[in-house]
Amino acid sequence: MAARSRSAIGALGAPGASSISARRDLARAQALQEPWPFPQKAAALCWGPAWFAKGVKMCKSVTPKRALRRSRTCCCSTGRGRTQCRKIKPHSLQEQSSSLMGFAMTRLLRVDKAWEELSNILSGIFCASLNFIDSTNTVTPTASFKPLGLANGTDHHLLRYAVLPREIVCTENLTPWKKLLPCGSKAGLAVLLKAERLFHSSYHSQAVHIRPICRDASCLAVSWELRQTLTVVFETFPSGQGKKDWSLFKMFSRTLTEACPLASQSKIYVDISAKDKEKELLEVTPSPTSVHEAIVQGEKRTYAVYDLLSPSLFNTSRSLNVQLKWKRPQDSLELSTPVLHAQRYVSGYGLQTGKISTLIYNTHPYRAFPVILLETVPWYLRLYVHTLTIITKGKENKPSYIHYQPAQDRRRPHLLEMLIQLPANSVTKITIQFERALLKWTEYTPDPNHGFYVSPSVLSALVPSVIAMKEVDMEQSPLFTSLFPSSDGSSYFVRLYTEPLLVNLPTPDFSMPYNVICLTCTVVAVCYGSFYNLLTRTFHVEEPTRGGLAKRLANIIRKFRGVPPL
Amino acid sequence: MAAPLVLVILVAVTVRAVLYRSSLAAFISERVEVASPLNAWKRVVEGLALLDLGVSPYSGAIFHETPLIIYLFHFLIEYAELVFMITDVLTAIALYLAIQDFNKVVFKKQKLLIELDKYAPDVAELIRTPMEMHYIPLKVALFYLLNPYTVMSCVAKSTCSINNTVIAFFILATIKGSAFLSAVFLALATYQSLYPLTLFAPALLYLLQRQFIPVKLKSRSFWFYTMQYGALYLCSLVVIICLSFFLLNSWDFIPSVYGFILSVPDLTPNIGLFWYFFAEMFEHFSLFFVCVFQINVFFYTIPLAVKLKEHPVFFMFVQIAIISIFKSYPTVGDIALYMAFLPVWSHLYRFLRNIFILSCVLIVCSLLFPVLWHLWIYAGSANSNFYYAITLTFNIGQILLISDYFYAFLRREYYLTHGLYLTRQDGTEAMLVLK
Repeated sequence: MAARSRSAIGALGAPGASSISARRDLARAQALQEPWPFPQKAAALCWGPAWFAKGVKMCKSVTPKRALRRSRTCCCSTGRGRTQCRKIKPHSLQEQSSSLMGFAMTRLLRVDKAWEELSNILSGIFCASLNFIDSTNTVTPTASFKPLGLANGTDHHLLRYAVLPREIVCTENLTPWKKLLPCGSKAGLAVLLKAERLFHSSYHSQAVHIRPICRDASCLAVSWELRQTLTVVFETFPSGQGKKDWSLFKMFSRTLTEACPLASQSKIYVDISAKDKEKELLEVTPSPTSVHEAIVQGEKRTYAVYDLLSPSLFNTSRSLNVQLKWKRPQDSLELSTPVLHAQRYVSGYGLQTGKISTLIYNTHPYRAFPVILLETVPWYLRLYVHTLTIITKGKENKPSYIHYQPAQDRRRPHLLEMLIQLPANSVTKITIQFERALLKWTEYTPDPNHGFYVSPSVLSALVPSVIAMKEVDMEQSPLFTSLFPSSDGSSYFVRLYTEPLLVNLPTPDFSMPYNVICLTCTVVAVCYGSFYNLLTRTFHVEEPTRGGLAKRLANIIRKFRGVPPL
Repeated sequence: MAAPLVLVILVAVTVRAVLYRSSLAAFISERVEVASPLNAWKRVVEGLALLDLGVSPYSGAIFHETPLIIYLFHFLIEYAELVFMITDVLTAIALYLAIQDFNKVVFKKQKLLIELDKYAPDVAELIRTPMEMHYIPLKVALFYLLNPYTVMSCVAKSTCSINNTVIAFFILATIKGSAFLSAVFLALATYQSLYPLTLFAPALLYLLQRQFIPVKLKSRSFWFYTMQYGALYLCSLVVIICLSFFLLNSWDFIPSVYGFILSVPDLTPNIGLFWYFFAEMFEHFSLFFVCVFQINVFFYTIPLAVKLKEHPVFFMFVQIAIISIFKSYPTVGDIALYMAFLPVWSHLYRFLRNIFILSCVLIVCSLLFPVLWHLWIYAGSANSNFYYAITLTFNIGQILLISDYFYAFLRREYYLTHGLYLTRQDGTEAMLVLK
């Protein structure tokens, strides 16, 4: 009924600012728009500015990390939107969490200290609460992540990965993010990024990736590449005839006026693939500068390319408003199910135990492939690894590699990494049981009955493509390949994130500390008192006493009753 | 006497076997009153699974058993149910033999004191006869085996049963008079759960009594024997700990087992007093109160030793009870051990003051534990205060029970030496008070 589109604008930079010789910096920008047959649009924008903002340079000098990725995602959506949002996972899309990952450059003696410094610095730069990252939510995965860019040998001890599932992304994070762009939000594709439209969406994700790359072909010098990505899924509503037309103005309430002068490349890709081989189904205006065909994630797609640096684009009007019109209303455009998708949920009842179940779907008709699952569970959900079961098509499926690091109370979380083979056209169910711990009353958040979040688990896989892909020219469209990487023609890399879970823990009564101390100490005092009496006193025959007034009164009453006196 | 014991054992084994095969087994294993983080079976299985995965069981915070338990269950994991039934039977047999011997000792001592004219003339009804003492060992075995607490502990496969077996063997060895075996079993018990360290004092007193060495601080033979027994105990403890080191090639088990018992990091609810107290503790005072609560278990030993030096077995009973009430992670299995001794003091019944109300309190609290747990954790209509209240009441009931028995014991001793029918100076019936 509606077109859903995803736009990705990206720029690539190879900064020379930190080196001695000044080199001409490259900045590229690309935007990718995809129609989705749902009342939503997704826009993914990537940037790589020519030089680094001062803050990031500072970051580099303090903690030289080999590769760094930081992404924040917010998925505030209605139920249906969220499901569909999850199904379309081209690249690192996450739900409602904030994650930080870094490889340390050399064998630093104090990787943990550097990690702490890094998370605090980034927290300051991006106005994000990354300073909550500490040892209780940081893990060292062994197989799920490999360093990007130049890498000579990977020691997984140098890798740290942390997720803050409770953090959401907001305007405060967008502003410093935009400041890292070479033209800021004044020129180029970044003028489209206005907070009031961007956050009025179903899904929003910001990411920053930093990696070392070769400066030139001979690779004598290394420089740092910063890549910024923004992914947005918009809700659109059908117009009069039930057609889901969209335009840049409708989505972002802005149009493009000029390319960023510092950019060496600035492009917009609009997905105009026609599903049922009917041309003329949709029409884009103004006409694109070129048409680009590619095989993306196993599907043949056609993209209309707008090169913002070509002079012909801004000839007629000062502003560029890409519009997509459907020729006739679509009945129902089905979105094809991705080859690999996953779902995670908590089952069980009560506050004592529970079970985490992950369902991984492989919808490829005839190819099986392995997937690495990384689960990070906080320490207060005590996992029992002997209850781990993996069932595929009713039979047990043994993983070929398991790395499990149990949690230590208040120090580090559980880490479970597994390599699981997914047979073709199957559903794999992974379950593990856990016990909920009772925490100290100061360790609960101010809203303890909201629950505690479990960070999303990460699935990494090389998904075999249904259609053979040809190598994409890296130089021509570097950001395009970075959005849809493929190492060879037959498979493409996918990293999925499942949803974060919300788990309730039993709570003590927060109004009771003083009462509890008093009552428990009373019980201990009862024991002490009784034993003290028995240990220090001896039996004596009681000497008769005269008896007070009460006793005499009692005796009178007893005489009336006919009972012996006291 | 063997035949009734065998019958009791058969009945007990049948009850346990029936419960193992029923659906109640899973329900009982989950109960926090029966399985604590220290001795739950689920955690033993988890530790063995971690060992299979190549990870040290002590690298996480799940497993807190000693390496000897890993070693034992590595080979016997298939026959776990049988192992726990056998441990229960062995405990019962050990207690049976121990109390049999103890009765003989009691009777001999009583005869000696009568001949020495230490007793007052009118205490004939307080003197114990072999006839009445005949069935006490069987009653002890019965009380242990058919106690619902013991049955639940066995069905849940809690390693508390193994601890009880070791303590029962320690008691048997002590009463039989073998210092070496007593030291070895005491070292094993201390190695597993640390608190039986306090049982060193009653065992020493009993062995000294048996060797007719008077307990005088100036006596050389007293110190000599104490040193001997102490050395035996410490050497066995060191040997066992070194053996554990060689089992897994690391000292990781010491902070995981003993550090865990002493610092109480896990606040899973149980029938004890620690969990809610430390859940609601201000962080600033946490260390202070941990120390206070742990000292509370150990500091009754010396005063009790001074008061009860003539009666070391009663001292042992009171000490085991204090350990069961004030240890950091108590379970009903610990309570079952000292309750098994109650038939030994059945002659004190006439001096107990509150036995009816205390037994009502204990029974009602035991029945309310699962109800209030369900209301808090599953139904959500109660909160933690309900369960905590029952914990408090249950512990007060236990404390008052022990102090009641202590009172009755001391009172009987007074009557034995001063006469049963006391009269005041003017001839009227006298009342005894503690002053």
